[in-house]
Amino acid sequence: MKKIGYILSFILIGCGATAFAQEPARAEKVNSCVSCHLEMGDELAVPVEGMKEDVHAQQGLSCADCHGGDPTAGLDGDMEAAKNPAKGFVGKPERTAIPQFCARCHSDPNYMRRFNPRAATDQLSAYKTSVHGQLLQKGDTKVAVCTDCHGVHGIRNAKDARSSVYPLNIPATCGRCHADAEYMKDYSIPTDQIEQYQTSVHGKALLEKGDQAAPACNDCHGNHGATPPGAPTIAFICGQCHLNNSELFFASPHRAAFDEMGLPECETCHGNHGIQHPTDSMLGAGPESICTDCHEEGSPGWLTAAAMREQIENLKSQIFVADSLVAKAERAGMEVSEAKFQLHDADDALIKSRTMVHSLSEERITEVTSEGMKLAESALTAGRAALAELQFRRKGLAISIIFILILAAGLYLKIKEVDQKHPIRSAQRGE
Amino acid sequence: MRTSLSPEKDKTAQRSGRGLAAWLRERYDLSALEYFIKKKEVPLHRHSIWYYFGGITLFFFMIQVATGILLLLYYRPTAEAAFESVQFIMTEVRFGWLIRSIHSWSANLMIAAAFVHLFSVFFLKAYRKPRELTWVSGVFLLFLSLGFGFSGYLLPWNELAFFATKVGTEIVAVVPLIGGFLLKFLRGGEDVTGATLTRFFGFHVAVLPMISTVLLLFHLWAVQKQGMSVPLKLEKDGAPYKTMPFFPNFLLRDLLGWILALGALAAIAALFPWELGVKADPFAPAPAGIKPEWYFVFMFQTLKFIPAKVLGLDGEMLGVLAFGLIGALLVLVPFLDRKGQIGESSKILGVLGIVSLVYIIIMTIVSYVVPQTF
Repeated sequence: MKKIGYILSFILIGCGATAFAQEPARAEKVNSCVSCHLEMGDELAVPVEGMKEDVHAQQGLSCADCHGGDPTAGLDGDMEAAKNPAKGFVGKPERTAIPQFCARCHSDPNYMRRFNPRAATDQLSAYKTSVHGQLLQKGDTKVAVCTDCHGVHGIRNAKDARSSVYPLNIPATCGRCHADAEYMKDYSIPTDQIEQYQTSVHGKALLEKGDQAAPACNDCHGNHGATPPGAPTIAFICGQCHLNNSELFFASPHRAAFDEMGLPECETCHGNHGIQHPTDSMLGAGPESICTDCHEEGSPGWLTAAAMREQIENLKSQIFVADSLVAKAERAGMEVSEAKFQLHDADDALIKSRTMVHSLSEERITEVTSEGMKLAESALTAGRAALAELQFRRKGLAISIIFILILAAGLYLKIKEVDQKHPIRSAQRGE
Repeated sequence: MRTSLSPEKDKTAQRSGRGLAAWLRERYDLSALEYFIKKKEVPLHRHSIWYYFGGITLFFFMIQVATGILLLLYYRPTAEAAFESVQFIMTEVRFGWLIRSIHSWSANLMIAAAFVHLFSVFFLKAYRKPRELTWVSGVFLLFLSLGFGFSGYLLPWNELAFFATKVGTEIVAVVPLIGGFLLKFLRGGEDVTGATLTRFFGFHVAVLPMISTVLLLFHLWAVQKQGMSVPLKLEKDGAPYKTMPFFPNFLLRDLLGWILALGALAAIAALFPWELGVKADPFAPAPAGIKPEWYFVFMFQTLKFIPAKVLGLDGEMLGVLAFGLIGALLVLVPFLDRKGQIGESSKILGVLGIVSLVYIIIMTIVSYVVPQTF
């Protein structure tokens, strides 16, 4: 396939294939695949239509680059000459052979660098580690192969918003099989993942807000591999984004306990596909607490959970009071910029304390919340001072009224005096 | 007038006064002015109290000019900087909070005083011959004051001001034929934006002051030239009535009125400090409780009560046109009051005036008592 002559012919044919959408007459002259398939129409014409926007065609590749054969040989109508196995014709590959078929180029770093110096070439090896790849090797042809996710003719770059593997489209692409209960009935796995994901904090961020920093299926489950290679635990996967939480969890007593009990780490408390935005009520000993699912009332774990919750609630409450007061002073037009900075830092401390919950250490949470409390108290003091200054101004104005009234009284006396000097008199009409 | 000074100080005052007067007389012929001051008398009767409200309005106007100039030193009329500049005035500039608070409250008191002045002149029929143009200029000055209030309200670029302006300017769009043009003219585009702010600033500090100054000078000149009007009843009786010298008796009373007005201003500013509010966010939904300034509320409330369709016509449009017509009739009152022209009292106009006053008061109260959104 990569013999020099072959490549030269590919380049020539590829150029023709790139242009056939606009100039079919010219394409027909150089590529018998296109002319014959268009002529036969229906299903056989579909690949030609799809290739119009295919990333391979855009890079100058043509039918024969994948399927082999000799497109120039068939120009006189000799179809068999074009599909000569001696010239490498492979036609439509078997489903089980597709990964290898694509990997002829995609696993060849030297070849792939011609198109993209940073192109990954480990897809096939990663695929083989996946459940999809392993089942395929066992002969299960229902599992996903390259073309199921990426398409066949008409494959688009993953950065193209129309691509089936563009981040916003991935849940729907995976869901084509995984949300189809009939198709998945042989595999004994749930088929509500997509439905759950759509209601999750991740799904809402990605699908509703278009935030591509939010994970789609592949960000946790891997692209071509089942899990990112070398990831032994769920906390590693979540830790790709939630680094601090993950590190604190690994150093916490929960790590060993969860492993011993066979609990799926982060997922035990937060869930998986339907993961919701965590709330403070998940912590502690309240009715919505998840700590109480395992820790009995009065046990050390229960007491620690309740204490951690109390610390966080105290800080929240202090921030709320300070924030209300500072906002009131600000609306009144008082200078509270420093207090606002302090409240911002107190909010940071609150966020840190929520992260610190994963350490399960009451001392470490207290350390963070104490810092936040100091900041909130300082802001509260500043807010009170600002409002006191406002009251001082009001009193100043009120005092000024006394002077104004004294002045008015003095003027009144003066008027009385003037009235005596310049008396009021009677005037006739028209005077 | 100079009896309270010590003999020594009295002499000094006399010398400087006489010296300055002599110095001026040497250069200018002041005899006409001196004669005018000496001879000018103010009628004294049970309605004389109303004479002071014109002066009090003028006093608040002068406060507006002085504090407005001080605010101009720091104010920046852009959507990006307006709120921050007012915040800077209130928090960083020495006594900036006081200047801003006085400017805001004085504006309201000026309009309140102008309303009192207008109604007192109306009920005393002081607009009748030969004071027709004094009335006309006064009504236009009131309209200009409302323009000052409307344009100035937006300038701090806070949330309440932004949405109140949005609602207020929307209303002009219903005026037939020129509504669309008026809306764009006022807003400087389709919506309330930084362009509106710049435009309103221009109206507030250049266009309106320029027109007001001309009208005010005429108004004051006419008042001085024609003197105070005597109530119709007093004039018809033909009986002698008391008068007091304008200088110094009335002028000192006027000054007392100004000082009391200043006291009222300080009291209100102390009781209700004018807030800065929250910076306007054009993309945020309108907050609850958006209301125009109190002196526009009776008109907004009326528009809310008018049905959407009246005889197949747009109710809001009819309301706006009706207020426009009432405004025009108000200007023409001296010419419409035929009886007043011949020295008789028009009961119809008197009743109309009372009904209007009661209507304005009731609608304003209703607007503040009944919960609603604009």
